[in-house]
Amino acid sequence: MRAYTPKDNVQKKPYYTDRYWVAPQVAKTDVSEDAVFAADLEAIRAKFEVLDAYIQVKQMVVVINAADNFGVIELMKNELEYNQLSELSAIDWLAKEGKFEIFYQMLSMSKRKRIRVKCKISEKESIQSVEKLFRSADWSEREMYDMFGVVVNNHPFMKRILMPDDWEGFPLRKTYPLQGDEFAQWYEVDKIFGKEARDIIGPENRDPARVDRYDTERFARLGHEVPRGTDISQGEPVTPLCYQESDGVFLIEKFDAEKSVVISDRDR
Amino acid sequence: MAQHQVNYLKDGGLPVALTTIDKVVNWGRSNSLWALTYGLACCGIEMMASGASRYDFDRFGTIFRASPRQAELMIVAGTLTKKHAEFIRRLYDQMTEPKWVISMGSCANTGGMFNTYATVQGVDRVIPVDLYLPGCAPRPETLQYAVLLLQQKIRRESASRAQKPKRLM
Repeated sequence: MRAYTPKDNVQKKPYYTDRYWVAPQVAKTDVSEDAVFAADLEAIRAKFEVLDAYIQVKQMVVVINAADNFGVIELMKNELEYNQLSELSAIDWLAKEGKFEIFYQMLSMSKRKRIRVKCKISEKESIQSVEKLFRSADWSEREMYDMFGVVVNNHPFMKRILMPDDWEGFPLRKTYPLQGDEFAQWYEVDKIFGKEARDIIGPENRDPARVDRYDTERFARLGHEVPRGTDISQGEPVTPLCYQESDGVFLIEKFDAEKSVVISDRDR
Repeated sequence: MAQHQVNYLKDGGLPVALTTIDKVVNWGRSNSLWALTYGLACCGIEMMASGASRYDFDRFGTIFRASPRQAELMIVAGTLTKKHAEFIRRLYDQMTEPKWVISMGSCANTGGMFNTYATVQGVDRVIPVDLYLPGCAPRPETLQYAVLLLQQKIRRESASRAQKPKRLM
């Protein structure tokens, strides 16, 4: 098994870099190219500070201050006809900028346009809930809290949604190891049997390709089954596959091909 | 007076079968394995297919029960998440002795392709397993074969002694 190298801070110190890799960039164009988006942007600019705005893949992206998020979404819903919040989540940029990026993906059915509203908050900050405006934000914000640890203010039921309530850590952060930290790896053992059972049960086998050919505690070769724990380093007997014991089962008759009758006349 | 007279000493006509208590009890147990409906993921679909008319588990005496109190076989069909681990243990504890467990499919055996923080890496970390059934997902024939193998295992066991506590690894 390969030695475990902790992959904390994968953004700061990538363990593999390609010298000739150029990150692909989606082309950004100016908002003035689209009349509908330009009008929407003017309406937002009139009331709130807009840090950045551009069009990417036919969608306008508006970057705002995190404190304005409720106001901007409210304005877009009530006045700009963006009547659907299709998605809401966070992106972990903690290693690079020390901040989370939170995005709101909005859809206007009447204008047939999509806008993405973005804002950034640091790890300790919290953000205002938009659940009062869109019911769909309820679970999205809970998931955002569950996966990233972004606390949402004024949410009616701020609780983990996917992971168990007593879970520690936020799994979708870049610093969270894929196979779990120590808490995650022993979670079910600690919860069911208690910490003292760790020694008996042992650590998880995280190498799914590991098969010990002579291990009869865990494995049995089909057609070569032996009792558990038998030493088979000298070879094992062949036990042919059978669906019933060779001498039959008590009170159950075996199908006898000799005695059976093949009915060839269907109309009989 | 019946005209037909049975010759009890010929052709196995004697309506008596000599056997041991062990054999009778194990015959009963092995041919009426009532399984808990425990479909956790896609393996559950194959398990349902095994119970339905085409593969027809009923002819082996395997009837799916929705209550652990009425079940003696737990077919863990699918991915066991860490969130669900305590409940599978609770359901296993609620089943009456004697009880057996079939771990169905790669996910239940080893965690399978879900080598992640949220998946239990094999149900044998939580409950003792009698039979591991490989496959992703195993076909209904494979599950039938597993049940028949388990029946053979039950018939080999001694029925009278108390259930030996199974090793949990």
